[in-house]
Amino acid sequence: MVKKIFEKSYLLIILAMLYAPIIFIIVYSFSGSSNFNFKDGFTFASYEAIFTSDKSASLWEAVGNTFLIASVSSVCATIMGTFASIGIFALGKRIRRPVEAVNQFPIINSEIVMAVSFMIFFVTCRFAEGYARLIIAHIAFCTPYVVLSVLPKLESLDPNVYEAALDLGANPFKAMMKVIFPIISPAIVSGFVMAFTISLDDFIITQINKGAATGIDTLSTYIYSDARVQGLEPFWYAMFSIIFVLVLGIILVVNMAKMRKQKKEALKNGI
Amino acid sequence: MATSNEIIIQVKNVTKAYGNKEAVKNASLVIKRGEFVTLLGPSGCGKTTTLRMIAGFEMPTSGRIIFNGEDITDTPPHLRKVNTVFQKYALFPHLNVFNNVAFGLKLKVIPNGTKVNRKGETVELFRKYTKAEIKEKVNGALKMVDLEDYGHRNVSSLSGGQQQRVAIARALVNEPEVLLLDEPLGALDLKMRKDMQLELMNMHEKLGITFIYVTHDQEEALTMSDKIVIMRDGVIQQIASPEKIYDEPANAFVADFIGESTILSGVMLEDYMVQFCDTVFECVDKGFKRNEPIDVIIRPEDLKIREPKDKDTILTAEVLSCVFKGDHYQVTVIAGGNELIAHDTASYEVGETVGLYIKPFDLHIMRKARIINEIDTEMADENLVYISGGQFECNSNLPAGTPVKVSVDFDDVEITDDADDGVIGATVVSSIYKGSYYQCIVRTDDYYDFFVDTDDDWLKGDRVGIKIAKDKIIVEEREVIDEDEVIEIPEVVVDEVDPELSEQLAEEIKTEVIEQAIEEDMDVVYCGEVMDVETLEAELKED
Amino acid sequence: MKQFLKKFHVTKRVFSYPYILFMLLFVIVPLVMIFAYAFMDNDHNFTFENFKIFFTSQSSLYVLGNSLFVGVVTTVICLVLGYPVAYILSKSKNSGKVMVLLFVLPMWVNFLIRTLATKAIFLAIGVELGMGTVLFGMVYNYLPFMILPLHTSICSIDKSYIEAAKDLGADGSTVFLKTILPLSKSGIMSGITMVFIPTISTFAISQLLSNGKIFLFGDSIELKFSQDMYGVGAVMSLVMLAFVLISSFVMNHYNKNSVSVGRSLW
Repeated sequence: MVKKIFEKSYLLIILAMLYAPIIFIIVYSFSGSSNFNFKDGFTFASYEAIFTSDKSASLWEAVGNTFLIASVSSVCATIMGTFASIGIFALGKRIRRPVEAVNQFPIINSEIVMAVSFMIFFVTCRFAEGYARLIIAHIAFCTPYVVLSVLPKLESLDPNVYEAALDLGANPFKAMMKVIFPIISPAIVSGFVMAFTISLDDFIITQINKGAATGIDTLSTYIYSDARVQGLEPFWYAMFSIIFVLVLGIILVVNMAKMRKQKKEALKNGI
Repeated sequence: MATSNEIIIQVKNVTKAYGNKEAVKNASLVIKRGEFVTLLGPSGCGKTTTLRMIAGFEMPTSGRIIFNGEDITDTPPHLRKVNTVFQKYALFPHLNVFNNVAFGLKLKVIPNGTKVNRKGETVELFRKYTKAEIKEKVNGALKMVDLEDYGHRNVSSLSGGQQQRVAIARALVNEPEVLLLDEPLGALDLKMRKDMQLELMNMHEKLGITFIYVTHDQEEALTMSDKIVIMRDGVIQQIASPEKIYDEPANAFVADFIGESTILSGVMLEDYMVQFCDTVFECVDKGFKRNEPIDVIIRPEDLKIREPKDKDTILTAEVLSCVFKGDHYQVTVIAGGNELIAHDTASYEVGETVGLYIKPFDLHIMRKARIINEIDTEMADENLVYISGGQFECNSNLPAGTPVKVSVDFDDVEITDDADDGVIGATVVSSIYKGSYYQCIVRTDDYYDFFVDTDDDWLKGDRVGIKIAKDKIIVEEREVIDEDEVIEIPEVVVDEVDPELSEQLAEEIKTEVIEQAIEEDMDVVYCGEVMDVETLEAELKED
Repeated sequence: MKQFLKKFHVTKRVFSYPYILFMLLFVIVPLVMIFAYAFMDNDHNFTFENFKIFFTSQSSLYVLGNSLFVGVVTTVICLVLGYPVAYILSKSKNSGKVMVLLFVLPMWVNFLIRTLATKAIFLAIGVELGMGTVLFGMVYNYLPFMILPLHTSICSIDKSYIEAAKDLGADGSTVFLKTILPLSKSGIMSGITMVFIPTISTFAISQLLSNGKIFLFGDSIELKFSQDMYGVGAVMSLVMLAFVLISSFVMNHYNKNSVSVGRSLW
């Protein structure tokens, strides 16, 4: 019993450490200042500042860029990754192994090395600075996640399922559209979500490849350039709070739904 | 059974190779409309590959497949009028039972009368099935497999047996002319399997369509089929009715694979006279050479135990063991150094002397598949010959590179436990007990099968080494045949159910090969002999 | 028709070609370029000069040593803090799925935001920024990366091993030391690599949390490139790459053998 309480409190302490900064930021986002005091009482001033501050324009531009780059690159990554998975699945073992190794590489590699290798490449090839660089880089490090999501699903597929479709009169194209895609679609969706999140979240690769002159900033690079120098202005507290609540909320809801579904299925199979 | 004499499928001299390994070798087969044909054999014998070639999932490396008189070798699977029931059902997990069964119907186009177009030509019209038609057909198919109320169910919520029924309904609803079944009952438990066997037989009878069934379960094959095709290592061993397969196995492999049996080596003294276990027996076989070595097969239920002094007794034996098996005792006896197995209703004491009796009719005598190992190879050096990549010492002064034929007796091949102890490594493919010794087949890494007589029972799949004593290797110089310059006329295994049809097929294949030989100006190999086409034709005319 | 079928079989493979081409161009070629730059001077001549500069420069080696120090300490702290968490969670009902989710949730918030939040708090409560705050920030950032693989590997241990150990007379601590700990080795190894590699190569965190006083290897690589010292930067990238390859090799080795490790215990 004592052991149980000890264990519980240990978990709580670690959790508290993990969430303390987040909770502090959220609490003080209502103080309207960045000095961790409630001199002005409870106020939404910081939240208003997101829209009214002299930096709002660039802030919203950065938000727009973040979503633009994440959407374009994750859609491209999903399309390319899905087709690549089907192709890789059909490859002979000998070619398949090196291809899979190359696919793993961006995932195991350290981000900074990836980032500078992209930069060297773009600089050497005199590739125009701007969105294209960022989007290509993002596709390159997002697609492996899509492949990693879709390829195992293809592997777990009964190989006879595709043949069964042919056997029942579907031509190869129809068999692909009516059988293979519907079956692997959950894996495609989760690959897409993964690619989108990872692209949204990226800082290092964008920071190093955005190029000094273009002035393109994503949210993370904008935070870095703004907050590194002057510390956090009050509107950042509000911004961070919104991000915390959004991200944590979405992840929590998605995962809970997944768990509930698993539980339901387990129950159903039990009967 | 609704078997007509109309041929629906001909498999003509089909070979399927993966790399240099042949999964199916020169298979030829006739299947009649309405027949229930089973392809039977151990795993890896090529039965599934043969079925998949008929379905269109695999392309033969050579040979043709004829369906209703039409060559469908190159027809993709979705255009073939056959449907398949897969081993693990292969139901579409994202569709419910109804939509699984309706899948094929939704894709199908059916004739819808004709019309005259502007140019005055008559054109055939096609349409898809209407929703109502699909519903009716699907419900009919589900009813046939006793799953009427399951249409809305998710396939993953069904039991194995129910999934299998859905798979059968999904195939049958398309009204195929031939239903292919790839070990469909393999994943079910014993009781379920027995029930499904009966149901499948009923369906076959009711629908009257052709079933081609693949299984490794000999009992299943014997129960269900009109015709059994036994395969081994990609080669058809025998095509016959279940009764014939059991009673008159074509060779030791078939005898060993189907049911229990004692297989002994013997000598055919003269017509109707065979010697084994140091005893001369009367038999009903003839047409062998004098003193030809043969295999004798005795089914345990045919070996009768008598009093030693009984007037029927042919030879006496000593009881080694007697085991109760429910409805009989399995009695193992030893006679003349050979172990024999008998089934008897009485039990016997171990060590007891008994008399044995076999009706002449129950002795099955077969030519040996091979009486000596022969390998075509070449000399590595003087007194050194290549066999399957290894260099064996031998007594021959032929220079390096000379093409030679090497002969080694079965009992001169030595198997070693550790592959490294042998000159070459090999894998045990089979091991058949022959009364007093085991006859193993060990396969070298370049796919040569050594027949080996040993005292030990080697485990199938074991990795072993092969050694041969220097003076046991007989080396003869041989003539070289360039394989690219000859075509072999394959031997077609006679279909014992329809001998005329298979002879006709063999004739067709022979004619085609000869035509090809003439066209490409090549020699032919016929019954192991190389000859030019004229010689062959002359010889054939003589027959 | 035969050609059609054969072609179809080939077409499925063809689907992978754009991706393979893309990866060759944008992943492999850049890496080769790093390799090339490491052996080139500014006039594109072959040289070992860059290696000499890096391996003789005291400040570079100091940064490398510093990074390794931060990496090792962070990893050890994460392991010490994380293992009990993973172990306790694995014992609870349903393997503590919801709790695990709570522990890894912060991972989904951008690390920059979390780091800045931590920094703001340190500033607010008056903690002096330095090595201590850097280490705290690292642990804070990478602890979930340690907990997750540990939890997975502890949960995958067959409960009957533990029961068998108890049955054979082991008490609580012996069960833990002789069965659970060795059997979770693969989780420990992947946890270590998942924390160590990002820590030494991390960019920005240490600068932010030490007010630019503490530089780690990742920052230093970025700095070299921004100062147009591509050659030395490339050499440093190669050093980093070597760490990555070694760790992935180690990880593969342990994950592959995890089953046989389990077996050899018996």
